[in-house]
Amino acid sequence: MSTTPSNVQPRPGDPAITPALVAEHGLTPFEYDKLLGLLGREPTFTELGIVSALWSEHCSYKHSRPVLKTLPTQAPYVLQGPGENAGVISVGDGLAVAFKIESHNHPSAVEPYQGAATGVGGILRDVFTMGARPIAMLNSLRFGSLDTPRVRWLMSGVVKGIGDYGNCIGVPTVAGDVMFDPAYEGNPLVNAMCVGLMREDELITAKAQGIGNPILAVGARTGRDGIHGASFASEDLSAENEAKRPRVQVGDPFTEKLLLEASLELIRSGHIVAIQDMGAAGLTSSSAEMAERGDVGVVIDVTKVPVREEGMTPYEILLSESQERMLVVARRGHEEQAKAILQKWELQAEVIGEVIAEPVYRVVEGDRVVAEFPGSRLVTECPQYHPEARESELIAGLRARDPHAVAERAEEVDPAWTLAQLLSSPTIASKRWIYRQYDSQVRTSTVVGPGAGDAAVVRLRGTNKALALKTDCNSRYVYLDPRMGGRIAVAEAARNVACAGGRPMAITNCLNFGNPKKPEVFYQFREAVYGMGDACRALGTPVTGGNVSLYNENPNGAVFPTPTIGMVGLISDVAHITRNSFRQAGDRIVLLGESTNELGASEYLARVHSLTIGAVPVVDLDHEKRLVDALLAAIASGVVHSAHDVSEGGFAVAIAECCLGDGEQMLGAHVDVSDPLIPADRALLWGESQGRILVSTSDADAVMAFAAAVGVPAQVIGQVTTEPRLVITTHGRTLDTPLAPMADAFFNAIPALMQRAATATA
Amino acid sequence: MKFGIITFPGSNCDVDAMHAVADALGQIAVSLWHRDRDTQNCDVLILPGGFSYGDALRAGAIARFSPIMQEVVAHAERGAPVIGICNGFQILCESHLLPGALMRNEGLKFICDWVHLRVEGTAPMYLNAYQPHQVLRIPIAHGEGRYAADDATLDGLEQNGQVVFRYCNADGTVTPSANPNGAMRNIAGVTNAAGNVLGMMPHPERAVEQLLGSTDGLPLFQALLSRVGA
Repeated sequence: MSTTPSNVQPRPGDPAITPALVAEHGLTPFEYDKLLGLLGREPTFTELGIVSALWSEHCSYKHSRPVLKTLPTQAPYVLQGPGENAGVISVGDGLAVAFKIESHNHPSAVEPYQGAATGVGGILRDVFTMGARPIAMLNSLRFGSLDTPRVRWLMSGVVKGIGDYGNCIGVPTVAGDVMFDPAYEGNPLVNAMCVGLMREDELITAKAQGIGNPILAVGARTGRDGIHGASFASEDLSAENEAKRPRVQVGDPFTEKLLLEASLELIRSGHIVAIQDMGAAGLTSSSAEMAERGDVGVVIDVTKVPVREEGMTPYEILLSESQERMLVVARRGHEEQAKAILQKWELQAEVIGEVIAEPVYRVVEGDRVVAEFPGSRLVTECPQYHPEARESELIAGLRARDPHAVAERAEEVDPAWTLAQLLSSPTIASKRWIYRQYDSQVRTSTVVGPGAGDAAVVRLRGTNKALALKTDCNSRYVYLDPRMGGRIAVAEAARNVACAGGRPMAITNCLNFGNPKKPEVFYQFREAVYGMGDACRALGTPVTGGNVSLYNENPNGAVFPTPTIGMVGLISDVAHITRNSFRQAGDRIVLLGESTNELGASEYLARVHSLTIGAVPVVDLDHEKRLVDALLAAIASGVVHSAHDVSEGGFAVAIAECCLGDGEQMLGAHVDVSDPLIPADRALLWGESQGRILVSTSDADAVMAFAAAVGVPAQVIGQVTTEPRLVITTHGRTLDTPLAPMADAFFNAIPALMQRAATATA
Repeated sequence: MKFGIITFPGSNCDVDAMHAVADALGQIAVSLWHRDRDTQNCDVLILPGGFSYGDALRAGAIARFSPIMQEVVAHAERGAPVIGICNGFQILCESHLLPGALMRNEGLKFICDWVHLRVEGTAPMYLNAYQPHQVLRIPIAHGEGRYAADDATLDGLEQNGQVVFRYCNADGTVTPSANPNGAMRNIAGVTNAAGNVLGMMPHPERAVEQLLGSTDGLPLFQALLSRVGA
């Protein structure tokens, strides 16, 4: 074993390294032994803090990495796959798109406003540090029931936090997805995705390079906020954790806006070689990862780091998660030019270290060495685990139950009652209360904003192209059948992107699960990732990066397993941009795909019967691929007036959504699906069989021909009408309702709930 | 014609205004930095939307002390056009180039939405390309857009034709339900007494392309071409 020439000395006043202190830092005895082996001596307190952060689940992916490696990451247009601040794909015309999704679940659970705001700030920095200008934000949110005052408090805070940050910095929030279920009561999920645009030759990575190059700390001063945030995010939530609120950071979008402009100017200036956000585990993680990627050593002097509080120890400076800070490697001799750009934007920058040839990660405090590790092994030799995986018998039992055996409620005799129930279910209902608080239009490129399409559409100025963007995950499916649920999450995102006219290109994922040390949770994680991989291979959408958030549980249990997909699609011609609601009376309505007898895992069962049971609908990935091809061919030919994916709530809800749109223009529909070959009417109306898209068109024959050409079943099922009425005839019963009460159910459900009092206490 | 668009730290609709002027209007757009003391002989100055200085203290309260504001005042005093949009409107009020103030929205929430505006008043420099009482569809995006002033000021504004845009329904009727932020008398935009300084909360620069949903903001800028170019 190599022994480090140890001039490392404990600082006066540092606590002694005891088993209790090691445990408090989240290291197992096994991991501590590994650390001793790596160092060849006992660590100092500072070193223990560093390793605690770097080997936290949040930074190290120690439970998830082996499974994640099975995901496909390649395509000819992928310029940067997983491992960098964000993934990057080429979209032609010399342009590239950087994008990534990240969670901020734990902070948002205890301090929703700042937790969500800083989540937005972090993902923005991940994208602009690649050299890309952020052009769109999305967010994927999960909450408990809005009947609970605390959940209303959480949602109000999260939405305001996202809005205040994104609005101030001037990046439009264009799309997302929100789902409500008691499974998220104690652990809301807040996943933020950022999409950025750059020229391909402006791509920069976070790789420390060039021996002798100076390392600069840029932006806000370092304070004591957020110390050990990464470790906090790697634990279950408990009442005790409520006391960890100080571990939540405070966001400052104004400084971030200055950082954004200054960083892009710096990158374009050529005075720097690398740039990275000081995100989770702050200076520690950013400097160690940059060194590891560049295969060089670094030395950092903590006395040079601008601090905002007196008497901060090296331990605190290294582990602070103060926001709006960046680490920059400048070209030697170009420090002053770099600083001048930063000063123009009223930002502070100090040289705090240097890239060195010696393969060590060294932290000094003036003359004293307070931490020193052998090279990049600190990152690469993090322990990895292959936890036991076993399906929960309870969940297998729920899946085995027959949804068709569930007795109808008396009110269901009128399907319009059921439809209103579903349209007012917060998961399905209009999210206008939320997205009206987000500036979705700044940058004047949002062609289809929230509520108007299955995916948001952002045009690429100076070209004839646009991006279709969407986040998705029906976590009820993943809970009942993680493999199928993982596949559906990707397939649904692809359908949504295609409905807007986009060719699915690539995904980023945010994997929100419970405690991986529990075999039932790890089973969900592994199977869901395998399912995502199946779908990504079938649909040709590689994974270019993402984030894993584990330990989303509290004493009452884990969240639904939620592998959120953030998908980027490319619209090759702005003329192909398609919205999801009916445009024109007289249009024919075509159903692409087939309705089956499946009713399991539906929103209908959850909303009307409070049941999460039954087999998850089967997704045929080969069909999904052909469905996307058929739809895009039809859209390109110009005959498609609207396209909408059939998802939560099933067929009847999808038709109603096409009628209601975003409320500005409502059209009726007459639909006849009384063909006797079609299954039982309850499954037909409310079942969520996969691979279906509703198209409205002036040329149904053409749409049918495009479907037939690639072997996608299709059927003309009705017509768009001016009369504000929805009529769906099945062979069993007829749903016949004016639109007004349906619009009321759909648009007013969330505002009515949010008018009630919200409190931080349960 | 040459338009100068001023960027303060925290401005974020500056680029949108540049595009509106250069791409949709086909005129020259130059970017001016808040520390500049030279407006490069621009004919029109635009103070764009955003969050100058992070809205610290009050929206627009710090930006008014930026060096370029002296030039903006001089430009306005010469009778040349100055447009403040959203945060720019807030800065013009803070600078006393326009009367009144902009308070937090009545519902205390940020609102991004499409609204309808009725064209009123007598500011030919900006309104010449609109029909009297034309109804416009233009977006808003603000948290502090509730226009407020004392009754005497409001009466004066109305008598002088300085209220140029009012929130209304799609059919042009001015009602409380058409008022998104609680602005007094549904006021969305005003001018100074001379009619050359315009402040408005809605974003005309976001309504200059059919692709993005409306071109109703374009005539506002087009009107300037015939006036100032003459």
